[in-house]
Amino acid sequence: MPDLDTFRQETRAWLEANCPAEMREPVRDEGDIYWGGRRATFKNDAQKAWFDACLAKGYTVPAWPKEYGGAGLAPEEAKVLRQEMSRINARPPLSSFGIWMLGPALLHFGTEEQKKHFLGEIARGEIRWCQGYSEPGSGSDLVSLQTFGEDKGDHWIVNGQKVWTSYADQADWIFCLVRTDKENKYQGITFMLFDMESEGCSTKPIKLISGTSPFCETFMDNVNVPKSYGEGLPAQVGEVNRGWDVAKYLLGHEREMISGADGGNTGTIGAAMKRHAGELDPVLRAELAMFDVDALAYGAMGEKFLDEIKVGKAHPAQPNMMKYAGTELNKRRHELMMSAGGSRSLEWESEETSGGKPSRNWLRTKANSIEGGTSEVMLNVISKRILDLPGS
Amino acid sequence: MPLYHNDDQAMLADSARQFMAEEGNIAKQLRHYRDGNCPDGFGHRLWEQFGEMGFTGILVGEEDGGLGMGHVEAGIVLEEIGRNLSPSPFLTSSVLAATALGHGSSDLRGRYLPGLIEGKSVFAVAIDEGAKHRPERIKMRAEKSGNGFKLSGQKDFVIHGASSDMIVVAARTSGSDDDEDGITLFAVPKDAANMSHDAVRLVDSSVATHTTFDGVELDGDAVIGEVDGGREVLNAMLKAGRVGAAAEGVGVASGAMDMTVEYLKQRKQFGKLIGEFQALQHRASHLYSEVEIARASVIKAQQLLDGDSEKADLMASVAKAKVSQTAGLAVREGVQMHGGIGMTDEYDIGLYMKRDRALSEFLGDAYYHAGRVAEMSGY
Ligand SMILES: Cc1cc2nc3c(=O)[nH]c(=O)nc-3n(C[C@H](O)[C@H](O)[C@H](O)COP(=O)(O)OP(=O)(O)OC[C@H]3O[C@@H](n4cnc5c(N)ncnc54)[C@H](O)[C@@H]3O)c2cc1C
Ligand SMILES: Cc1cc2nc3c(=O)[nH]c(=O)nc-3n(C[C@H](O)[C@H](O)[C@H](O)COP(=O)(O)OP(=O)(O)OC[C@H]3O[C@@H](n4cnc5c(N)ncnc54)[C@H](O)[C@@H]3O)c2cc1C
Repeated sequence: MPDLDTFRQETRAWLEANCPAEMREPVRDEGDIYWGGRRATFKNDAQKAWFDACLAKGYTVPAWPKEYGGAGLAPEEAKVLRQEMSRINARPPLSSFGIWMLGPALLHFGTEEQKKHFLGEIARGEIRWCQGYSEPGSGSDLVSLQTFGEDKGDHWIVNGQKVWTSYADQADWIFCLVRTDKENKYQGITFMLFDMESEGCSTKPIKLISGTSPFCETFMDNVNVPKSYGEGLPAQVGEVNRGWDVAKYLLGHEREMISGADGGNTGTIGAAMKRHAGELDPVLRAELAMFDVDALAYGAMGEKFLDEIKVGKAHPAQPNMMKYAGTELNKRRHELMMSAGGSRSLEWESEETSGGKPSRNWLRTKANSIEGGTSEVMLNVISKRILDLPGS
Repeated sequence: MPLYHNDDQAMLADSARQFMAEEGNIAKQLRHYRDGNCPDGFGHRLWEQFGEMGFTGILVGEEDGGLGMGHVEAGIVLEEIGRNLSPSPFLTSSVLAATALGHGSSDLRGRYLPGLIEGKSVFAVAIDEGAKHRPERIKMRAEKSGNGFKLSGQKDFVIHGASSDMIVVAARTSGSDDDEDGITLFAVPKDAANMSHDAVRLVDSSVATHTTFDGVELDGDAVIGEVDGGREVLNAMLKAGRVGAAAEGVGVASGAMDMTVEYLKQRKQFGKLIGEFQALQHRASHLYSEVEIARASVIKAQQLLDGDSEKADLMASVAKAKVSQTAGLAVREGVQMHGGIGMTDEYDIGLYMKRDRALSEFLGDAYYHAGRVAEMSGY
């Protein structure tokens, strides 16, 4: 057991010295998030300084092993770092689907070479990844996916369409579910990695109800995917035709991330709404109080879940429960914030609302209970895997 | 500290669960004493067994002969009490009164704690004056009289009031009804003259009293803590009691949920197990999710309390409010998903509904505690 008090003191001092004041302010818009990638630029010097400091210390991915670009922190240490960062409202130095989704899958299923190569790129923020799962005909029923990779010996020719691919237009590489055996539903999918600049791969942004367009249609038109990128570096994660296991494992991490278990979804709102509004309608105040109870209870749940998952005590299907509860909570939070904000929060473009933040965020949260698996699908999984109900 | 039971706590949980399933179960305890119209509403034999198991003195310091454990451990016992709907003076005696006595003189501790630890003595707490929990307002007076005090006024819904060997009473020694200061806590023995109980049976078969103090004379040594400084002890007692009640509530909620999920796997209609209907699956899964969150809020509150954190008070109210909401959902869904049989006295699910009602009301319901959360958060 590492000495946590010492580690906490050191971490506190290190954050004090390295996290610039600008990086301790709430994220206001997309530009405040550093996603990395080939085309990435830093918004300002503070963002770059913070990223560089974290990178040098392995803190872009603190819990990953050192040889793959992390800091090799033990779970309890990672928890301390998270607590100390949240204490000063430090922004994440680097955000990416590589960190949240592909990384955990590679750590579990990847070859040594894949880990060194791809995890290193992710940790250094060099390559930005997108997730090619959903298709027009395959959403909740993901396993029915049709995008097909024809085996051509040393490469595949991939044809098909993905949809709702978040940030596909800004991503460098895609982790993509491709059917490689039409006879086998579950054991006929391969988890492929390829470059979005490959010929025949194109994207078309789709505008969201919040007015932004962070997701796309992604088309694969005779895309040539080599089976190997070098010694020990196959293009697929896990075995060919066994990508469904990888896909599901990754979804667990995606659901954990969307759930905000790490403290991203525990915020209470009553006090802030009171400051904003001056006075609260008594019935609204009551609703806010009930919400804050639920938010604080969920905060404890997030902490418990992460503590348990680290030592294998959590039910393996628990991320589905977290995602369900966390996203429904977040939607409720934004409904209440809209009500407390009154007509001001309806403004769509004004400077006072930083370009319609309240309403755009409110609308964006509606996707939380859809992306990464819908609430209804989460409840199905809980019924089946945790409650063991019949026929589900 | 991670938010799960350590090895010792897990062992305690195993033995508490087994013991309570065998000795504290609904047929042996709740139904037995209810159907026998027992005036206490609980069984003294089980209370002695609690003593033999060491449960009674979990929160009592080792120097006083107890186990000197914390609220996580007390909560482990309470969750099993809740799951089995065991009528028991544990919460009022071993959590509330024991916490108050922990602030008392060595004389008071020596007078009362040995009986508690043995499972012979039962204690109650008299705080509320009226149908709602409102400890901010204490009207009952204790006037100086000779070397001691004279108590006058009425306390309501004193759980186990008539069965108790001692009642911890919160009375006002100075100031006006709504003052924060000026409260004093007294340990009032069972045989105090001019104290009378009007016993009422509640919906969950527990027995409470409206207790009248008509000039009850007490020596100065009946004071727990400082004269006029009782608010601090009262608050400590309430925090412990609320977290304890929340732990018991988690037991009630999971007992009701488990029973219901089990029923969904047995009952057939339309040629199928009703657990195959998605309408019921989703409701059961939502309930599971709420119960998990409620349980997390409770262990968080327990740990904060054990660590003497200043956040414990807030989290105690969060836990009490969250558990009240969740256990309420569990029993409502439980009865509904049982269909007609859920409405029968013969079936246990309705007993969970009754217990939840009483437990949720005790020491403040969800609305009261959500209101506290708002106030503590500054709105
Ligand atoms: C903002 C956003 C970003 C996204 N980003 C990505 C991405 O980067 N990559 C990617 O691959 N995908 C992404 N998605 C897609 C997402 O994973 C799917 O939208 C989701 O899985 C649901 O699929 P669907 O939209 O086809 O809805 P459908 O599956 O058609 O569902 C429609 C409705 O039916 C319900 N339903 C479906 N099946 C059942 C059932 N068995 N029982 C009960 N109810 C059911 C659903 O819950 C839903 O309410 C994103 C989606 C959003 C909104
Ligand atoms: C107080 C009381 C008085 C009554 N009086 C009479 C009377 O005078 N005469 C008489 O004939 N009957 C009477 N009934 C019976 C009543 O009509 C039945 O209890 C009712 O029809 C439900 O049937 P069940 O109890 O068998 O529950 P079940 O049918 O076993 O239902 C159990 C649960 O499963 C759910 N469920 C069942 N099927 C489905 C489905 N397909 N999809 C989703 N959920 C489903 C139900 O909604 C319920 O939550 C009375 C019941 C009560 C409680």
